[in-house]
This record gives sequence, structure tokens and C-alpha cells, in this order.
Amino acid sequence: MAGIPHDHYEPRTGAEKWLHSRLPIVGLLYDTIMIPTPKNLNWMWIWGIVLTFCLALQIITGIVLVMHYTPHVDMAFASIEHIMRNVNGGHFIRYLHMNGASLFFVAVYAHIFRGLYYGSYKAPREITWIIGMLIYLCMMGTAFMGYVLPWGQMSFWGATVITGLFGAIPFIGEPIQTWLLGGPAVDNATLNRFFSLHYLLPFVIAGLVAVHIWAFHTTGNNNPTGVEVRRGSKAEAEKDTVPFWPYYVIKDLFALAVILAVFFAIVGYMPNYLGHPDNYIEANPLVTPAHIVPEWYFLPFYAILRAFTADVWLVQLASLVTGGIIDAKFFGVLAMFGAIVVLALAPWLDTSSVRSGRYRPMLKWWFWLLVIDFFALMWLGAMPAEEPYASFSLIASAYWFAYFLVILPLLGVIEKPLPQPETIEEDFNAHYGKSSEAGSTAATPAE
Amino acid sequence: MFRNCTLSALTALMLGTGGAFAAGGEAHVENFSFSFEGPFGTYDQMQLQRGLQVYTEVCSACHGLKYVPLRDLEALGYTEEEVIAYSAFYEVFDPELLDGEGDFRPRKPTDHFPTVTSAGAPDLSLMAKARAGFHGPYGLGLNQLFKGMGGAEYIASLLTGYTGEEKFEAGTVLYENTAFPGGWISMAPPLYGEDVEYADGHSNDLHHIAEDVSAFLMWTAEPKMMARKQAGFAGVLFLTVLSVLLYLTNKRIWAPIKRGAKES
Repeated sequence: MAGIPHDHYEPRTGAEKWLHSRLPIVGLLYDTIMIPTPKNLNWMWIWGIVLTFCLALQIITGIVLVMHYTPHVDMAFASIEHIMRNVNGGHFIRYLHMNGASLFFVAVYAHIFRGLYYGSYKAPREITWIIGMLIYLCMMGTAFMGYVLPWGQMSFWGATVITGLFGAIPFIGEPIQTWLLGGPAVDNATLNRFFSLHYLLPFVIAGLVAVHIWAFHTTGNNNPTGVEVRRGSKAEAEKDTVPFWPYYVIKDLFALAVILAVFFAIVGYMPNYLGHPDNYIEANPLVTPAHIVPEWYFLPFYAILRAFTADVWLVQLASLVTGGIIDAKFFGVLAMFGAIVVLALAPWLDTSSVRSGRYRPMLKWWFWLLVIDFFALMWLGAMPAEEPYASFSLIASAYWFAYFLVILPLLGVIEKPLPQPETIEEDFNAHYGKSSEAGSTAATPAE
Repeated sequence: MFRNCTLSALTALMLGTGGAFAAGGEAHVENFSFSFEGPFGTYDQMQLQRGLQVYTEVCSACHGLKYVPLRDLEALGYTEEEVIAYSAFYEVFDPELLDGEGDFRPRKPTDHFPTVTSAGAPDLSLMAKARAGFHGPYGLGLNQLFKGMGGAEYIASLLTGYTGEEKFEAGTVLYENTAFPGGWISMAPPLYGEDVEYADGHSNDLHHIAEDVSAFLMWTAEPKMMARKQAGFAGVLFLTVLSVLLYLTNKRIWAPIKRGAKES
């Protein structure tokens, strides 16, 4: 591996050598688990383990649920009740799966904003970032289709609204929508293909996760300083890093245990708090719910979708220029997907030579405003489409785009970054060493 | 006992819209203190039995409980014989009887409560979970979080929320109700107080009857609540201990590395 110099696995016994010359799998596992990791990582670097755990949890609970679930419009809702009442421990497994999706998204948003603040997306980690965005998209697809499976009112109407977005694409929209649904409306064919894809996509995610890990194991982890690990020699690298096992495995497991304690409290005491009550009413194509609200993790993008109504001048301009091909509905769809596209393009939109937000005095403010903006959009997405929420949504959406398209490119030019530490070792010693020695360049460690 | 069967199909649809989530003009839902609220709350078996009695004598005329197996009633403290006897009150069409011609027979504990569609009234199996949606201040669900208010509160408030006003609209009589979103409901007041005679001598005024049947409907919606809370508690306890152990392990493992930083 071209990464940070470190010890590699050496087979010792005859059996190990025999296996290693045929399939170097032990070596692969050893190199993965013993990867040199910057020793100054903070608590925002724990989300990767949480996410990996979530994927495993969702796949394992999901496989058990599939054993008792029936993907048919007449039986799906009743089969969920069968799981909740008759299957041994079924109620708890289902609640774990339901709330596991929420934990998954809590973790992925923390992970993404961590990356945005510390510049983890910047060269040479663009591929890691892009793979991460693909994982995020797959997660959204999986979560959306999973929410349809219980065949409650929100399942049905959520599916109707979201697949309707594809119908907004000019000319080819309606055929695409029909193709997605397997018919003119959400029905048994839709439920069956969503079930199939809901089972497939997690394994696609698992594959992408492997590539994601491969990519950042090649470049090495980013760290709170954004300063690269020294790679001149093994001895030099060892001053900046510790092996992943046991240092970060134990640290991450500690964080995971704390997070899971909260998670189990939610599953045990308020498992339906994050869901929508209407999904305990069986789907009925003849009755539209008063408010169709997506799950909380989609709300920020749902708010962006709804923000661009026909009375916004930008929408009117787009409509005029394209001769009406881009109407308000299609504009909203473009804005929603565009919001994720600009996020994915962050590596190329950020012009600053400094990686970590810690040394970027102006970015800090804009970044925290983006975090507030994200929560504001989440709240606005749950509100009815009326004033004053509509105007707030528009402002909040505008800021989301402005951050990526204006602020990130501009800050690189106008911002005067603070001095960065020379090495990770220096940062680590400044943090844990005696404060008087904090500034001095590090001497040889005692070991 | 059958005076509450006036729902037309049209207004049944209105009921089905989940209007409880209506924003703006929030209907008034009273905060009852149910025994099952909070992390350690449990169902009160006697209350559930009284609630079953109210359901059987009043609600069951129009409303079904199609997802609830009758055998689950043993969780309310009834013996197997009592459940068999109760089940036999309801008939079910069995297509295997009379050499495949089918005929009605009394229900067995392995059957479910009846599905009632004749009156156009919604099934009540999951109503206590489907109506948990009045999300308190600004849609954040704060009442649910801090006061433990849920669908049971909504049902009890609805049953006690009739003002006595009526109006005739689109061919249906609507009744004013302070808990129902929009204020007008097509279900005639089902309870007036003293509708049932409790064997245990518990008060049977309107407030208490409404409370009892709401608790029963919470049980039909979430029969495994107590097992769930126990499992959740065991999980939290185990993970807390594990967290402490991992915290100490982590501290110990990192100590030499951090000491190295101090000595540098």
C-alpha cells in the first residue's frame, strides 16, 4: 500500500506461510486493522464506527423481519402487525430497525458535517468524499423504500409524492414515473419492487463502504489540524500516528456504547416518537392525509424542494428562459437534487489551501451558520406550506446554495488563515503536554 | 348501546384522514395521567379489564379490533377458560365448515376480534398509536416528550369532549367536539357516564369510563409495551456498564501515549 509507512504482516508458522502465499487475507486484515492513524483525532472521528454498526444492525434486523413480512398490498400492513404481536421479540426487532434508520442518519449527518468543517473532502481525499456521497444517496433510497413497506398512509402517500417528483421532469418524466412504479399509480407492483430494492441496496452500500475505507486507508485519515502525517520514514510516521488497534478501536467502541445506551432508551421508551402516527393507519388510496410529511432525515431537502414556488423570481426567470420547460415543480426537483450535488462538489468549490476549519477564522462562522441553516430547513420541512414558513424556506435554501457556490470559492481568496502546526505530533503535544512547552517543537518522545 | 352507529361512509373517510395532526387551530387534548406513562409505567390490569368491558358493551357495536388476537386477552389476567368463553360471544364465518360450503361458528381464542365494517367506523386496533400526533408546541412533539401524552389522551379527550351541540350538514348529523380537529365529528356521543356497571365497584362516571377504554385501546395498539420497556431498560443498563468499562480501558490504553506528550 502506498500510504503511511508501517509494519506489515509477516507469516511465521508453516500454516500461515501456506495460506499467505495462496490468499493473503490475514495480511489484508492485519494491515487494515493496524493502519497508522493520526493520534490527534477528536470525538468527531467516531462516526465511522457508528455508521458501520448501523449498517450491520439494519441488515441483521432486516433479514429477520423479511422472514415474517409479506410484500403484498392486501397483507403487508397485517404482516407488520403479525410481527408486532405474534413473532417472538418481533416488536423489539422492528423498533430497532425503525429507529436504527434514524440513528444511521444522525451519524451520517454528523460524519458529513465533520468532513465539511475539517476539510476532509479536500485533495487527496476527493474520491473518499464522492464515494461517501454515493453511500448517502443509497441510504436515502433505501430508507425511502423501507418506509413504504409497512404500507401505512404515510408509506403510500410518501411514495406517491416522491415518485411524482420524477414525473416533473419535462418530456420523459411520466414514462420514467410509470417505469419506477410499475404502473400508473403506487400499487402492488411498486411495493414489490421497492421491497426487492430495499433488500438489495444495503449490500450495494456495504460494497461502497469497503471502497470508502480502501480510499481513505490509501490517503490516510484526515485529522483536526488538516496537516498530513509525515511519511519520510517509519520512525517519523510513528511520531504522528498510533495503530488503529487498539487505540481507536477501543475509543470508538466506548463512544458507540454511549450512543447505543441513548438509542436503547429511545427504542425501549419512545420507539414511535420519530415516526409519523399516520403510518399506523393502513394505506388508503382514496384518503389523502392532511399533511404529507417525510421522515425527519429528509426534511431539509424536502424544505428546499418546496421552497421554489411559482412566485419566486428565479423560478419565473428559469421558466421564461426555457420557454416554460422548467416550471416551478421541476425547478424544485432540480433544487433538491442540486442541494446534494453542490455538497458532492465541495472538493472543487473550496479554493482555500488550508484544510481544517480550525485555522480558518472566517469559514468557522459561515460553517456554523450552515449547521443552523440545516436544522432550520429540517424544521421548515415539517411545517405546512404557508407563510411565513415559505419565505423562511426560501432564505434558508438560498443560504445552502450560497455556502457552496459563493462562500467556499470566495473565502479561499479573501480569508487570511491562522498559522497551522508543523506536525500532528506538535498539535498532540500542545494539547496533552505541559502548557509552557506547548509552542516548542517536539523533542523525541520518551518511549 | 347501539346508539353510536350513525357514521356514514363519507364521514368515516373524514375520520381516516388523520386530522389529529392538523396544524393551526389545534384541538384541545387533555392530559390524563395513565399508569403506563413514563419509562417504568405499566398497564393496570384491572383498568384494562374495565376497558374491555366498555369496548364490549359499547364500542364493539360499530368498531372492530381486527388485528388483535383474542388469545392475547390472557395478558389482561383472564384464565384460558374465561378467554374461551369471551371469544364465543363473537361469531366468525368459517369457509371450511359444511364440507367447504362455509358456515358461522363461535370464535375461538386463536381467532381475532371481529372486523366490523357495517357502520363505516374505523378499526380501533391501532387507533391509540395512529392518533398520537398532536405534536405540541410548533410540531416538535414536546407534549409527547415531557407529559407522555399520546393517542390514549386523544381518545379519552374525544370521548369526554362533546359539547352537546349538533348540526346537520351534507346529509349527516355532526356533533361538536373540543378534541376533534375541526371541531365537528360524525360519531354521536358514545358515552354519557354510567353506561356500564363495573363488577369491581370502580366509579363509572364519564371521565373514568373514557379513561378505562382509552387505556384498553392503548393496550390493543401496543400489547408488548411492558416487554419492550424491560428490554430497553436491560439494554441501557448493560450498555452503561459497558461504557464505563470501555472508558476505563480507553483511558488506560492512551495513558502512555499522552504521558509521552507530557514528557516531550
